[in-house]
Amino acid sequence: MNDITILGSGVMGLAIAATLLDRGVIPRVIDPAGKPGAQACSWRAGGMLAPWCEAESAEPVVLRLGVDAADWWQAHGAEVIRRGTLVLAPSRDRAELDRFARMTEAHRPVDADAIAALEPELQGRFARGLFFESEAHLNPRAALMALRDRLTAAGVAIETEGEPTGLIVDARGFAARDALPDLRGVRGEMLVIRCPEVQLTRTIRLLHPRIPLYLVPRGDGVYMIGATMLETGGKYRVTARSAVEMLSAAYALHPGFAEAEILELGSDARPAFPDNLPRLRRRGNTLFANGLYRHGYLLAPAVARMAADHLLDGQIPEFMDENHP
Amino acid sequence: MPQFYGTHVESPLMLGTAQYPSPAIMAEAFHASGAGIATVSLRREGGAGQDFHNLIKGLNIPVLPNTAGCHSVREAVTTAQMARELFGTPWIKLEVIRDDDTLCPDVIALVEAARILSDDGFQVFPYCTEDLSVCGRLLDAGCAVLMPWGAPIGSGRGLNNPYGLRSLRAHFPDVALVVDAGIGLPSHAAQAMELGYDAVLLNTAVAKAGDPVAMARAMALAIEAGRLAAGANPIEARDMAAPSTPLFGMAVLA
Repeated sequence: MNDITILGSGVMGLAIAATLLDRGVIPRVIDPAGKPGAQACSWRAGGMLAPWCEAESAEPVVLRLGVDAADWWQAHGAEVIRRGTLVLAPSRDRAELDRFARMTEAHRPVDADAIAALEPELQGRFARGLFFESEAHLNPRAALMALRDRLTAAGVAIETEGEPTGLIVDARGFAARDALPDLRGVRGEMLVIRCPEVQLTRTIRLLHPRIPLYLVPRGDGVYMIGATMLETGGKYRVTARSAVEMLSAAYALHPGFAEAEILELGSDARPAFPDNLPRLRRRGNTLFANGLYRHGYLLAPAVARMAADHLLDGQIPEFMDENHP
Repeated sequence: MPQFYGTHVESPLMLGTAQYPSPAIMAEAFHASGAGIATVSLRREGGAGQDFHNLIKGLNIPVLPNTAGCHSVREAVTTAQMARELFGTPWIKLEVIRDDDTLCPDVIALVEAARILSDDGFQVFPYCTEDLSVCGRLLDAGCAVLMPWGAPIGSGRGLNNPYGLRSLRAHFPDVALVVDAGIGLPSHAAQAMELGYDAVLLNTAVAKAGDPVAMARAMALAIEAGRLAAGANPIEARDMAAPSTPLFGMAVLA
């Protein structure tokens, strides 16, 4: 009874595994890499838990499903940093700020003094911004490792090979395209820099009509900067253009970033369906859970709950668009 | 309805495919607007983006690939050649950008690239300014369509130079003219059509609207209104009121 094998140890697979453990079911997990790592696009995510900001371009359901994500991650061993999101724009792109404010809620306007009070390093650099107080962020790699540790504590080792048994949960991300032809890859490029001389403590989004950027602190002077959104499918290396654009934007945020060390340049394909919303699909013994798009850490807890509701209770949850057991 | 290089198009609305919240919403915006042509950027969305291309092909309207993001003649020519292979069309919207802040066309390089591509059998839609001599050079280079900007790309400012656009229309009465870029509101699009332009190309105004589908429909209606108005021989503006109710027979009370 309740023999379940999860394929993939990215954010989707591990969130489902953790949710099953919560409900007293011990799954098998198979990932050729044997541990969370660069094989998963969630390894290169920003780790923003920012459902209100995402509502600028995402459907309202992303906010509804993502609003409890920070609590879930905290309850599952991740260090969730609840310092909100600061949204800024260079003075000549103020119209972008007005638009962002119109398209979102749960923010308050901040002036130069309020910005400096939040982030002293930005004193005198921006006249206006928006502060989304309820948002949070986490370190994606540490969060995945925390989920892995919960599996280890339950006696589950991630298997590198072997035949799946029982019900199969396919959480392989873009690799599942062999079975899901309407899945596409939306390329994202990111970089990780170390710059101890610039001390920022919360996620910062810098609006720009063409090159919007976010910067997420990882602690110890390390920052993740992301991320491009390109409709170009598979995995490629970071282009010079993207690197230049992201670094210029960081420099526009704070000139101190000119002295940063570049630790990592990364690129991957986010799995997405045509409406950029997640999907569960049941085909025979296999339940596909996929399409988290740019909302991996934000939506994985809710989609994992739906997957568990289906696997354990036979429910037909929201976003299940195929059910052929 | 407009005709470009001998091809009739179903609607004078040319709609871009970038920046939508999702491909599904993009497709809905196309259906709601009945856009006649879909433009697609090759440099940023091209390469191996076969899935996205298939979504665009699925719209079932003519595709106009563009060379957005190109800064030199050579880049633009190479990108155009890739586009021809990828989409199987001789059409190319030729963009050669000079300045990244205004995305102002490099009109000198544009004329040169237009000549090379026209000689190579392309049917070129050049993104240009409303300058008469530049437009004349583009026609000399083999272009049969001109696409002057209304305002800088994505700025939503409308028609910055209605006088220039009007004189261009008067100067080249038989050339297909399209206002490309700068449209923010349906009224801007209507104004372009009222000037006698054959079509309007826009993207950001729809894709970045809070409700892209509703805005796409609004643009299509405005363009249709402007097109009908241009063909209806509008009255001239005048300084004094001209009563629309006949005065004859009014009671004399004094």
